[in-house]
This record gives sequence, structure tokens and C-alpha cells, in this order.
Amino acid sequence: MALKIIASMCTACSACEPECPNVAIREKGGTFIIDPAKCTECEGHFDAPQCIAVCPVDGCIKKV
Amino acid sequence: MSNTAFVSIGDLRRGRQALSPVAQILETAASGGCSTSGGEGKASCGSSGGPDDMPAEIWEKVKNHPCYSEEAHHHYARMHVAVAPACNIQCNYCNRKYDCSNESRPGVVSQKLTPDQAVKKVVAVASEIPQMTVLGIAGPGDALANPKKTFDTFRMLQEQAPDIKLCLSTNGLALPQMVDEICKYNIDHVTITINMVDPEVGAKIYPWIFWEHRRVTGIEAATILHKQQMLGLEMLTARGVLTKINSVLIPGINDEHLYEVNREVKKRGAFLHNIMPLISEAEHGTVFGLTGQRGPSAQELKAVQDACMGGANLMRHCRQCRADAVGLLGEDRSDEFTLDKIDAMEVVYDLDKRRAYQEKVEVERAAQHEAKLAALDAVQDDDGVDADMKVLVAVATEGHGKVNQHFGHATEFQIFEVSKAEALFVGHRRVDLYCQGGYGEDEQLPSIVGAINDCHAVLVSKIGACPRDELKAAGIEPVDAYAHEFIEKAALSWFADYRERIARGEISHEPRGDARIRQGAFTAAA
Repeated sequence: MALKIIASMCTACSACEPECPNVAIREKGGTFIIDPAKCTECEGHFDAPQCIAVCPVDGCIKKV
Repeated sequence: MSNTAFVSIGDLRRGRQALSPVAQILETAASGGCSTSGGEGKASCGSSGGPDDMPAEIWEKVKNHPCYSEEAHHHYARMHVAVAPACNIQCNYCNRKYDCSNESRPGVVSQKLTPDQAVKKVVAVASEIPQMTVLGIAGPGDALANPKKTFDTFRMLQEQAPDIKLCLSTNGLALPQMVDEICKYNIDHVTITINMVDPEVGAKIYPWIFWEHRRVTGIEAATILHKQQMLGLEMLTARGVLTKINSVLIPGINDEHLYEVNREVKKRGAFLHNIMPLISEAEHGTVFGLTGQRGPSAQELKAVQDACMGGANLMRHCRQCRADAVGLLGEDRSDEFTLDKIDAMEVVYDLDKRRAYQEKVEVERAAQHEAKLAALDAVQDDDGVDADMKVLVAVATEGHGKVNQHFGHATEFQIFEVSKAEALFVGHRRVDLYCQGGYGEDEQLPSIVGAINDCHAVLVSKIGACPRDELKAAGIEPVDAYAHEFIEKAALSWFADYRERIARGEISHEPRGDARIRQGAFTAAA
């Protein structure tokens, strides 16, 4: 259970990084990536995944 | 609505000339006098005004700020550092891939900076450009959606370049929570983008906001945003921070509604209201760009601005500049200060040199002011021509408040509305460079004519024979007789001459048509 940022769609705006309750998001190679080992899709924290809710590009973050 | 009117004498004077419905209503309601309501003794006398028009402490705050003082923008420069890429709302006129086309358009090529890099860049620019007096954080996202990066930058700058004024711009959603932090860094100026005061209108502009860990949409989103914006504005006013309200004019969505926005923000102590045209090209990929929502024409924009003149002080010299712009408004020297170039520069931050330069600028400004008063005296004679006549003139300038640019070198024209009472700056028009490498580009001329088609004359330092003839054919008089004179004096002198020619029966006064607002923000000096 984890989410993935589609690098080609990421604008590197960094909005998702501070919202992640698991500190699973970091910058790498000009865009951001989610550490699948840390990602819980926000279950137990929030109703919806925070990175998807704040991301300005619809479809940029997907379930893997 | 409060019963108190917030109208200054200066605004009234101009409002009467505009004769717009809103101005008339406000005029009727006005009790007169320079309003000091809205907290902290902040008066509301013209942003285009000088030291005589506002209390000394306000003048001190705005006199070197090119965005807050129309007069200052001829002499002082600003820069933005792009340290704040994240945003907490989505606007239909903004595509985050291209960043925001309307507010602080950084484009895809700009470098995002860390706070350390930003401070280094500011110090380098300030050493190179002594008239750079203001540093703003305007995105590319929202300054307050990136609080750590924004305030880290401010903190370091306060230590390393204490004479530089700091300001920021925000959509207002996170503003109330950040007001205390803003005041900590002596930030005198905050810009809030407010496009509506009615959530029904807001729902057509904002598809969603990110609020308390949720994506909120529709009327609910617009209601929250509206409440936060109003609360934030009131809190800043109570603390004596000057506020500028930016509004994007979206025809058919908020055009008439902006009169109400103007009243509401003025009521809450806004210092300045900046009404800007929507920029929406399909290639920007914004919702409005893709749905074919058009921007306003030059005269549509001017009509709303004129109607709002009786409300809050109106800013008309905004260039909708990029979040990483450097230089005078209307110019962009950011290419000279890329990270690798800064690394190669030897930077000495010389406070005395900066002060000495700025003192020289003050002398020049005083001379400009005197020239304007003398020229105003000269147009007062009764010449039998319509005393209420008002015409627009376009001016080519490279700064210092003078008519000092060759027609072929102009990338924008400043527009002044001239009457017997004043030469009032009412806006600017971006154009494509006519002269490229010494040769005029004939295909550029029609677009320049289109951009200044509502003007009777264009004042330049010099102009070639070809464009001269074509401008004349289009009914715009090319004028190089006032080269290197101060703009207001030049405009008023031309106006006096124009009236004389009418009085002598040499020419007849004909109304002009509308003009086109060039799409796309200023990107680089060509």
C-alpha cells in the first residue's frame, strides 16, 4: 500500500512534502518522490491522502 | 456596510472627472476630508500622490516602493525571489505547470531558489543596482504556504541588507495565522489577491482550496477563503501594515463585482487596490485559457478602474511581473543574476553608496514635481476649447520619469490621461519591440498601433520616418518635440499645443477607439 508521484507530471512545487504525516516525501533529481516503505496512504491519519489533496496537478500521484 | 465613506479629497477630485456611477455614489455619501479610518491613523490619499498628499509616516513607507507609489516606480527597482513554489489553493487563471500567469508569472525556465541562494542573489543585485529598494516574495506559489522558506529568507536579509524593504504577496488563506510572524520581520507591505467578496462568484474562480487537511471545493471553499482574506486584511490594518489588494478582472465573472470588492477592502483599511486584466491564452493551459474565457480590452479595464477610483487608491502601474523579476517595473534584468553569474561576482554591500544614489534620485524627483506644477499653470488659460477635454497619450520612457526612449526601442508605453487639471498615469501597454538590429519590423507596427489605439499622441525621444507616417495614418500623432523632458511636463505641454491648434482651427478633435491588451506577462528585455 503506497502512492507514487509520476515524475513527468510533477512541477516540483513541494506542496506535498510538508503535508505527509509519515515524512515519506523528499526531493530527488528535480522532482519529488514517495518512499513506498513509509507511505501509508494516510490511513489512520486523515480521511484522504494529503499529497493527492494538495497536489495542483490532477493525476500526478497514483496508487501503485 | 458601514455608513462611513472612505473617500479622500484627492480621490473625489479624480472621481468627479471620471463621472462613473460608483464614484458618484461615493461622492454623494462622502463627508469629505482625508479619511484616517481603518486604523493606526492610516490615511487614504492617492498612491499617485506625493509627500503633500499623505501623512509623513505613510509617505516614509511608500516613497521608495515602486509598487506602492506610482511616482517611485519611475526611479526605484524591486526584485522578487522565487523561494515559495507551493500553493494552498487552485485558481482557474493559474496553471501550476506554467505557474501563475496572472499574478507572478515565473514561467517554466526560472530557477527556484533556496533561502540561502535567494539572500545571496538579493545582496548581489542590491550591490549592482543601487535603486533596488524592495525585495518581495511573490511565489511562484503562495508566500505563506511556504512559511519556513519565506521567513528564513526574510530573517537572513534583515541581518545582511537591513535597508531593503521586505514585502510579500499571498492569496490570504493562511494569512490570519501568519500575521504575528509577518510583523516580526518589519514587513511594511503585504499584497493580498482578492477577486471576490461573494462566495458565489468565488466558486467560479477557485475550484478548490486545501484547508485543515482536506481538499474543499465549491461555495464552501470560496466561503472559507473569503473569511480568511477579510480577517487577514483587518488584522494587518490593525497592526499598521500597508496592504495592496490585487484583483484579476475576469469579464462576465467579476467585472461589476469588483466595485463591491473595492468597497469592502477599502472599508477594512486597504491602502491600494490594483485591478489587473485577466491573462488567458490557451497555451498557458489554465482552465480559463482552455474554456476560452477572454480577458478585458484596455477600455474595459480602464472603465472598471475609473469606477473604483472613488473607493480605494488605485494602482495602475502594475506590470504583473514574474516571481523572479529584477529591476524597474517593466524591465527584467533577472538574466544578469542567474546563480552561476552570482557565484562569479565579487559582491561588496556598500550601504553608503546606496544611500548616496538614493539621495540623487530624490533631487531628480523634486525637479520632476516642480516641472509638473509649472506645466499645469501653463494649460490653465481659457482658450475657448472644451475645458473638460481629456485625451490619452502614450509615452516611451526608460525611467527617471522622462520621455527618453526611442520609439523603436520601446517594449511598453506608459499611458497618461491629460486634461487641464492633470496628467494622470492610467496604465501601461506592453508591445513587441519595433526596432530590431537597426531595422524597423513592419509587421510589428500594426500590433503597436493596436496597443495604443485609444491614444491621441505618442511621446518619444526619437522616431523613424516609416513608423511616423504610419502612426499619423492611424490617427496617432508622433511627438519627439519633448525629448528628455519630464513626462508630466511633456504631456501637459503637448496638450496645451494640441488645444491651441484646435483653437486656431488647424485640426479638429476626434474621439479614439479601444485598444488591445497584449497577452502574456513581461518575460525578458528583448
